[in-house]
Amino acid sequence: MKTTVIKVDNLTKTFGRFTAVDHISFEVSRGEIFGFLGANGAGKTTAMRMLCGLSRPTSGSGTVAGCDISRSSEEVKKHIGYMSQKFALYEDLKVWENMRLYAGIYGVKRREIPKVIDDMLATLGFTAEKNTLVKELPLGWKQKLAFSVSIIHRPSIVFLDEPTGGVDPAARRQFWELIYKAAADGITVFVTTHYMDEAEYCNRVSIMVDGRIEALGTPSDLKQKFAASSMDEVFTMLARSAKRADN
Amino acid sequence: MLRYLLEKEFKQFIRNRFLPRIVIILPFAALAIFPLTANMDIKNLALAVVDNDRSATSRQIEEKITSSGFFKLSGYFDNSNSALKSIERNEADLILEIPPQFEQSLNRENSASVMIAANAVNGMKGGMGSMYLSSIITDYNRELASRQINEIRPLYRFNPDLSYRAFMVPALMSMMLAIICGFLPALNIVSEKENGTIEQMNVTPVGKFTFIISKLIPYWTAGFVVATLCMFTAFIFYGMLPKGSIPLLYLFAAVFILSFSGFGLIVSNYAQTIQQAIFIIFFFVLTMIFLSGLYTPYQNMPEWAQFMSNASPLKYFIQVLRITYLKGATFAEMQHLFYPLCILAVIFNGWAVLSYEKRGG
Repeated sequence: MKTTVIKVDNLTKTFGRFTAVDHISFEVSRGEIFGFLGANGAGKTTAMRMLCGLSRPTSGSGTVAGCDISRSSEEVKKHIGYMSQKFALYEDLKVWENMRLYAGIYGVKRREIPKVIDDMLATLGFTAEKNTLVKELPLGWKQKLAFSVSIIHRPSIVFLDEPTGGVDPAARRQFWELIYKAAADGITVFVTTHYMDEAEYCNRVSIMVDGRIEALGTPSDLKQKFAASSMDEVFTMLARSAKRADN
Repeated sequence: MLRYLLEKEFKQFIRNRFLPRIVIILPFAALAIFPLTANMDIKNLALAVVDNDRSATSRQIEEKITSSGFFKLSGYFDNSNSALKSIERNEADLILEIPPQFEQSLNRENSASVMIAANAVNGMKGGMGSMYLSSIITDYNRELASRQINEIRPLYRFNPDLSYRAFMVPALMSMMLAIICGFLPALNIVSEKENGTIEQMNVTPVGKFTFIISKLIPYWTAGFVVATLCMFTAFIFYGMLPKGSIPLLYLFAAVFILSFSGFGLIVSNYAQTIQQAIFIIFFFVLTMIFLSGLYTPYQNMPEWAQFMSNASPLKYFIQVLRITYLKGATFAEMQHLFYPLCILAVIFNGWAVLSYEKRGG
């Protein structure tokens, strides 16, 4: 049976006279990999930040993991993981220290933390880098580390904001293997991306144009609907209608 | 939760190439150097003498002046014009002009006048110099007048020779604490904003209160190191030890550091960039230093300024340090300074917690 873990209804965010997110509504089910696509400036990050409790919605409502995002944003935070567009782990801490910090913050028991760290290092193949300062890691590795840290507390949903930006194709593939593994473990993945090949890996995708969701469905449904041979074509067709300038 | 955050803060602090050095070097350097340079004791004033009398009395006066140790004679001049020229050439700070028939009129009429002129480009120096000079002359006059009636001789309690150093060293200590414990926290949260690491923190369930405490405790600790170093340096360099109790000093320092770090964190919460934070904290620390009676007694300020100075923790702490160092006060004598400090610590830190926004606009 499908359980809904994210439900958004007419969610809107305005900054002054600018409407960044314009009455969007959608649902995401447990275990899904949900692709949240859109051109730069379409409002993806703003929408995601509202879902994560980093930004206050102007109007509309939403629930994430059963908690209201307007009223109990701190409650939401216990059930989600988040990886921001910009690398946000502490560069002056070692790999294991970042893991320990976030495991501790999310309430992993003290005795279990060393095991959690070792398991994670093994999964990532980072065992040799346990004591490396994070700033010394190459970008692709940093991204994988950031993802792993964002799910260190086994959240029910993880939000990934352009997780593979600037990363080479081989590292991107490895990254998506991690995403699949997390999804197989029952973690719902909510991911934004610019790479249309990645959109094909998602169970369902939505495409945002100028703050509104213009298309929503499985990649194959969308291709059929727009009579396109790839997600790239679908995206180009929709993005062409955008009026907002690139920011 | 706090435990992990503290581990992180301390590791980051220690690993920073810059911060631990600041905490060690700044107080040491400041206390070793500033009191030597910022010395207001006036000595070796250059005195130009125009002696139109050339009598035994005028010689005696001149001798008395030069033997006081405050003045050195820069030269004798024939007229006031040439003496003034020497001030213009910056060769003299003061002129003493003794009129003709000085001795005569002193003997006959029992009164005579001399002229003192001072270069007041440096107002402090000019003012103090002419004051010294006239008091020496008055002294001499008194000796002459009679072999002594009632003499008024002030005794300065707690700082008998009015040493500027004894006055400045405790104030410098509080200034160092204010600078380090104000600036470092002010830069902390805002640098997490600039690095983007605050995002990852804000998306966790960490409470505002826990987060602020984790930021406070490291600077609180650093503050104790600074306070200890200051006291140590004051002892090594100037042989100054507090006359009052050292634990009492630490108690006041603890509350003072807490309030000032809280203030730094407020600034950090409101600033968007490190640059903004630096300018804001610079402005406030500077204002507080001037409002707090570090250089000039706050009692001399206009009433509104005195009222504003109540919000400056420095005002109370400078007094505590001065009276503990020079006089040795008990807690009962200082409790009127303790409670305002506590109140400010609560207000500033409460404000820091409230102004920390996990969920922005």
